[in-house]
Amino acid sequence: MSIDIDIVSPENMVYAKPELMNDTHMHYCPGCSHGVVHKLIAEVIQELDLKEKTIGIAPVGCAVFAYNYLDIDWQEAAHGRAPALATAAKRLNPDKMVFTYQGDGDLAAIGTAETLHAANRGENIAIIYINNGIYGMTGGQMSPTTLINMATATSPSGRTTSKDGAPLDMSKLLAQLDGVCLVSRQAVHTAANVKRAKRMIRLAFENSMAGKGTSVVEIVSTCSSGWKMTPAASNDWMVDNMFPVFPLGDLKNI
Amino acid sequence: MTEFQDIVLMKGNEAIAYAAIRIGVDGYFGYPITPQSEIMETLMNEAPWTTTGMVVLQAESEIAAINMVYGGAACGKAVMTSSSSPGISLKQEGISYLAGAELPCLIVNVMRGGPGLGTIQPSQSDYFQAVKGGGHGDYRLITLAPASVQEMADFVDLGLQLAFKYNNPAMILADGVIGQMMEKVKLPAYRRRRTEAEIREQCPWATLGKPATRKPNIITSLELDSVIMEQNNLRFQAKYAEITKTEVRYETIDAEDADYILVAFGAMARICQKAKDLAREQGIKVGIFRPITLWPFPSTAIDSFSAQVKGFLTVEMNAGQMVEDVRLAVNGKVPVEYYGRLGGVVPTPQEVYNALVAKFNLPN
Amino acid sequence: MVKEIIISGFGGQGVLSMGKILAYSGLMEDKEVSWFPSYGPEQRGGTANVTVILSDERISSPIVNHFDIVIALNQPSLVKFENTVKPGGILIYDPSGIVHLPERKDISIYTVAATDEASSLRNSKLMNMIVLGGLLKVVPIVKLENVMKGLKKSLPERHHHLLPGNEKAITRGMEIIQPLG
Repeated sequence: MSIDIDIVSPENMVYAKPELMNDTHMHYCPGCSHGVVHKLIAEVIQELDLKEKTIGIAPVGCAVFAYNYLDIDWQEAAHGRAPALATAAKRLNPDKMVFTYQGDGDLAAIGTAETLHAANRGENIAIIYINNGIYGMTGGQMSPTTLINMATATSPSGRTTSKDGAPLDMSKLLAQLDGVCLVSRQAVHTAANVKRAKRMIRLAFENSMAGKGTSVVEIVSTCSSGWKMTPAASNDWMVDNMFPVFPLGDLKNI
Repeated sequence: MTEFQDIVLMKGNEAIAYAAIRIGVDGYFGYPITPQSEIMETLMNEAPWTTTGMVVLQAESEIAAINMVYGGAACGKAVMTSSSSPGISLKQEGISYLAGAELPCLIVNVMRGGPGLGTIQPSQSDYFQAVKGGGHGDYRLITLAPASVQEMADFVDLGLQLAFKYNNPAMILADGVIGQMMEKVKLPAYRRRRTEAEIREQCPWATLGKPATRKPNIITSLELDSVIMEQNNLRFQAKYAEITKTEVRYETIDAEDADYILVAFGAMARICQKAKDLAREQGIKVGIFRPITLWPFPSTAIDSFSAQVKGFLTVEMNAGQMVEDVRLAVNGKVPVEYYGRLGGVVPTPQEVYNALVAKFNLPN
Repeated sequence: MVKEIIISGFGGQGVLSMGKILAYSGLMEDKEVSWFPSYGPEQRGGTANVTVILSDERISSPIVNHFDIVIALNQPSLVKFENTVKPGGILIYDPSGIVHLPERKDISIYTVAATDEASSLRNSKLMNMIVLGGLLKVVPIVKLENVMKGLKKSLPERHHHLLPGNEKAITRGMEIIQPLG
């Protein structure tokens, strides 16, 4: 059987790798949500024609190498400090689109102060917050958003409220601040969810350019390596266990 | 501030603020701490964002402030922060990252007595922290020690010039005396802030948005491949060697015929001048050697007096920190003694004179 | 000419601002000046002091052991600084609240009842200006016109209506200062 190569033509194209995604081989594990979110960011920057105006701030954590994958200018922050870098980058360059990309260890633990205060000042930045309830890069330790009873390298018998407190809902905290214009919690495990997540990332970037205040898009994510599950099982586990604690939807959109 | 022809009378801390506005600094990020709060207070009062466009922001912590500096410096902007000893300790993480990412910026430390919360009175006990690397990793901080309000004003420009020349953070290491005292000062002339086009040209590494014509600019200190990381370090070391060769600055007073030299920096050098006068009145030929750059340290220049003098007395408001570098410079050729007071006590000229007489068994 | 002066008193007595006006006045006469305060919590209720040096030459140390002129505005300051007056130097104090009188015989001692005078003028804020007037009478280190110029420069414009009152207080200080004993 021969393939009809005539169908490979521009008018038949239904999908392409975003122009801003580099060809670099990604270091993320199979099933990891980071790759999808990176792609969405690349698409949105391109669609909004912001590629020459975007400054990305990378975190410490698995996404530390985000700067290798997107063809934009990047600053690599110390652990948790991305919102402080973004504050200065945006204030000194009000015409740029400045976003941070942070995980739950970065944003909800070591960088809580920087995150809350940047948001409280209403910095015109977008914060993309990847919440998978675990420290992925350092090998699966407990994070502030680790679920109760969830076993990790530093909570081997499962997290308990009495010892470690309850999972910290940063989006809920941030939504209360006057400086914040958008807080939306999304996921990227189904095509429909991917579309919704992209819409909110787009809105967050538009808000940065419009000077509306701080936008936060939390992506409830999987970490199949840290959770020690297959990618498919991770998605199911996320739906069953993460979503009840971190329900999807808009917490604030003004 | 009082205008009198071109000369004004102000505190060292205020001079830092006015100089920053005038030379076209793009951003200041700070957190209040005694004895340097006048820097941010003066900036807020002058509101330069309405005139030069300079951003002035009170951060939620010293840590946030230094990381704001990192974010601004990564955009090629001329940015600075200021603090005092405990706050500078908090900034060390950021300073190491700035050095590792090779970013230019200015950090002002108006030292107070430590360790810990310590005292708010003047001290020089952060010498080691500044010149030996207060943060982690093999890095160096260009360190300028002003001894007058005039130098507080002048070193804002000098510090940033050096920082941009070598893509390295620079520090003004002052003390509570210089920060709080008022003297006459001639402020630098106004210079407009650089445009984005100028920054893109001068700092081709700056993250200001990627045009189609170049690769992405990535500001980072991370390199997991140790072989490449070693190369990065060797590049830093070569840069530090170049700075050591080119940028040493110092002042000598009455050193030409001196039998004894007082080595001191900052306010201590001023006090030593009075002690030197007391000694000269007694017929003891004393000179002053004042390092202006504490790193790079003027080792060769100090050693050039080893053949001439009978001894050096290093005088510091600490337990004897710079004296180690003076001893390394002199390398045992003549005695190098130390005198100092600790914890925020400022030695008086008489005390310094007495110490000189006692250490070298001079006729009193 | 070099004059090394320390002014010391309670926080709130206007010690630092009196020193500042003196320094500004020196600036108006094109002298070299330095002003170094005690700072921090001391300013708020405790004892505050400021060292002012006026000189024709470049000033080396802004901190000195002994003073040509000591101005003590409370008992603790008098106790602390009496012995730092250089032999032949000048000690000026406000007798209000002073129970232990100075004992030095090798210096010139003056009193200026500035606290009492300020309260009779119904303006305690003028107290330091009265002291300044007394100082200028005893040691005319700067001209009155330059003090007024310095005062004008050091005060924000919204306070310029206070200048005549300040000048009057300085003049009053010149009248009431007297040698001890």
